[in-house]
Amino acid sequence: MPVFTYREAIRHALAEELERDANVVIMGEEVAQFNGAYKVTEGLLAKFGDKRVVDTPITEAGFIGAGIGASMLGVRPVMELMFWSFYSVAFDQILNNAANVRYMSGGQISCPIVIRGPANGGTNVGATHSHTPENVLANHPGVKVVVPSTAADAKGLLKSAIRDNDPVFFLENTLLYGEKGEVPEGEHIVPLGVADIKRTGKDLTIVTYGRSVLHSLKAAEILEKEHGASVEIVDLRTIRPLDIDTVLKSVAKTHRVLIVEEQKPFASVGTQLSYMIQREAFDELDAPIHRLATVDAPAIYSPPVEVEQLPNAQRVLKAALEVLA
Amino acid sequence: MTKTSSATAAKKPAASAKAADFGQAPVNAKLTAAQKIELYRTMVRIRRFEERSLRSYQAKKIGGFLHLYIGQEAVATGCCSLMGANDHVITAYRDHGHAIAVGMDTRALMAENYGKVTGCSKGKGGSMHYFAPDKNYWGGHGIVGGQIPLGAGLAYGIKYKGLKGAAMAFMGDGAVNQGAVHEAYNLAALWQLPAVFIIENNGYSMGTSQARSSAGQLAKRAEGYDMAWGQCNGHDLYEVRATVDEHLRMAREQCKPSILEIDTYRYRGHSVADPDNTYRTKEEIEEYRRTKDPIQVFQNLLVAERVLTEDLIAEIDTAARTEADAAADFAEASPFPTVEDIQKDVYWEADNPSERKSQGRLFFD
Ligand SMILES: Cc1ncc(C[n+]2csc(CCOP(=O)(O)OP(=O)(O)O)c2C)c(N)n1
Ligand SMILES: [Mg+2]
Repeated sequence: MPVFTYREAIRHALAEELERDANVVIMGEEVAQFNGAYKVTEGLLAKFGDKRVVDTPITEAGFIGAGIGASMLGVRPVMELMFWSFYSVAFDQILNNAANVRYMSGGQISCPIVIRGPANGGTNVGATHSHTPENVLANHPGVKVVVPSTAADAKGLLKSAIRDNDPVFFLENTLLYGEKGEVPEGEHIVPLGVADIKRTGKDLTIVTYGRSVLHSLKAAEILEKEHGASVEIVDLRTIRPLDIDTVLKSVAKTHRVLIVEEQKPFASVGTQLSYMIQREAFDELDAPIHRLATVDAPAIYSPPVEVEQLPNAQRVLKAALEVLA
Repeated sequence: MTKTSSATAAKKPAASAKAADFGQAPVNAKLTAAQKIELYRTMVRIRRFEERSLRSYQAKKIGGFLHLYIGQEAVATGCCSLMGANDHVITAYRDHGHAIAVGMDTRALMAENYGKVTGCSKGKGGSMHYFAPDKNYWGGHGIVGGQIPLGAGLAYGIKYKGLKGAAMAFMGDGAVNQGAVHEAYNLAALWQLPAVFIIENNGYSMGTSQARSSAGQLAKRAEGYDMAWGQCNGHDLYEVRATVDEHLRMAREQCKPSILEIDTYRYRGHSVADPDNTYRTKEEIEEYRRTKDPIQVFQNLLVAERVLTEDLIAEIDTAARTEADAAADFAEASPFPTVEDIQKDVYWEADNPSERKSQGRLFFD
């Protein structure tokens, strides 16, 4: 199988969908002439021209709102937020307009928009640039939320997102852009709402998504080698729709759960998962559900300290040992 | 110059020809030689600090983004030199120049860049998020345009407290298109707040030229809000001071807000990570360096005025380099915050437990 970076995989998905559907338009700050702040859209302007790949001023509420409006007429905008952190500037457009228009119109209007960009900490850009809003977004019925961890998933999920008829928010990670992985050749589609077992095991289920999958895989290796523990890793891939069945199946096998998420803990994705697991699989649990999240404070700048604020392999290992004890 | 009419402001001819006139403006004419030397010194200190920061960034001592102010020194230096006790400043992430101009200690600034606990924000904010309320300096803000309503709020606070002062709210040419900026303009005009909205127009927002990002003339948008506006050359410190002084007076004395667009230029990429090779030519940068460098322009003026001598120029430069190196040494030698520090400075009550009034859990790990 060919190997591509996560960045390239996203770019390929964008290019293929631009090719396939004349209604697909890419829009965002620096996406065209500058080739993207993180070079995800590199080369797309040259290939598809400035009708399909559009630079916008720094005006998130304006251009995201315009994208939502265009999507109501059947245009399929794929909007780049240079950082998901800037979604707050367009909060009203995203969560009042995109999320509600279908409902408030009694199902008459659809909003097939995709908003994508990086949402992560770990690059020392401080509190204003390090938000991970998947929980906030997923709190709004009407929207879909995707957080891919590998190149193949990123490509397959983005293609599904672009073809979806509802607003899909696609959260990438600047620290994953350079990560390489095998990507199936030809048309590669991953449906939204299907979790993926990234490692099989029998002693502990780690439910996770995004870059935390990588930390969890590293910790699982150490657990296997040094502690003889066999860990199963469930990568949610999509936060909403949520593949709770795959999670419950794994819990029924291992009876122990650790949730790992790059999220502030209060009302996080893990909070929702914990509720569902205890509600639907209480009798399967041999230990309380445990969770490893970001240390509960705004993102600190200081580089070595930020590493400790976020989930990392060592912190996952420590938390896993607590659940296994 | 301040305009309230709909006449379009012609761009003023840059540099020396007119510069002498601005030197005669009252606010400049009253400067002593020593004060002029200090203004010059501030610009040199900013530049050397930025160059030192760049080296530290390249040596991986600084993380995240680093937005350098090199080329724009006359703007922050000129504006902040006019601040009185009740005048306040707020700016975006390109904040080092303003910080030095209001008198913050460069050691604390460099330590902040390094993420050290001795930094001006204890290593929590980083290069984009400097703060010094004791110097009337309210940051250092990372979200483009987000600081401008705060600037209007500072002006509101000044007026509310019955003080005679003004708030200078700085933004870039790319920030003017944010909705929050326009909401702030309207509030300031509607409530007649003593605010001066200063657009540091360096021609580009990241890789996008002004022509590709903004319809119409930036400061002229003031007319839609019945606000006064002006435009000036930011390469000449005298011109900056003469013009900003008018705007500040209007704010302090008549409680009238205004927008001032100051033409300037950044020599470096948007941030240190910007390869800076897609959206402008090397010749353009060279041309600015050669003909409009704010330090050189002011140096020429002060040499002509016999305020600066070759020896003094060299001495100021050496002192600025020494200061920047000392700041880097201080930053290097300082400790990082601890993991326990992550959850300090989040809530007032958590930091002052003996005075806590609320109950219940504040943190959720
Ligand atoms: C809301 C928001 N959108 C986008 C960004 C990313 N960004 C940071 S600076 C910048 C360019 C701003 O240019 P300008 O206002 O001209 O200021 P300059 O950098 O030239 O000082 C962009 C797009 C951001 N920080 N915040
Ligand atoms: Mg600019």
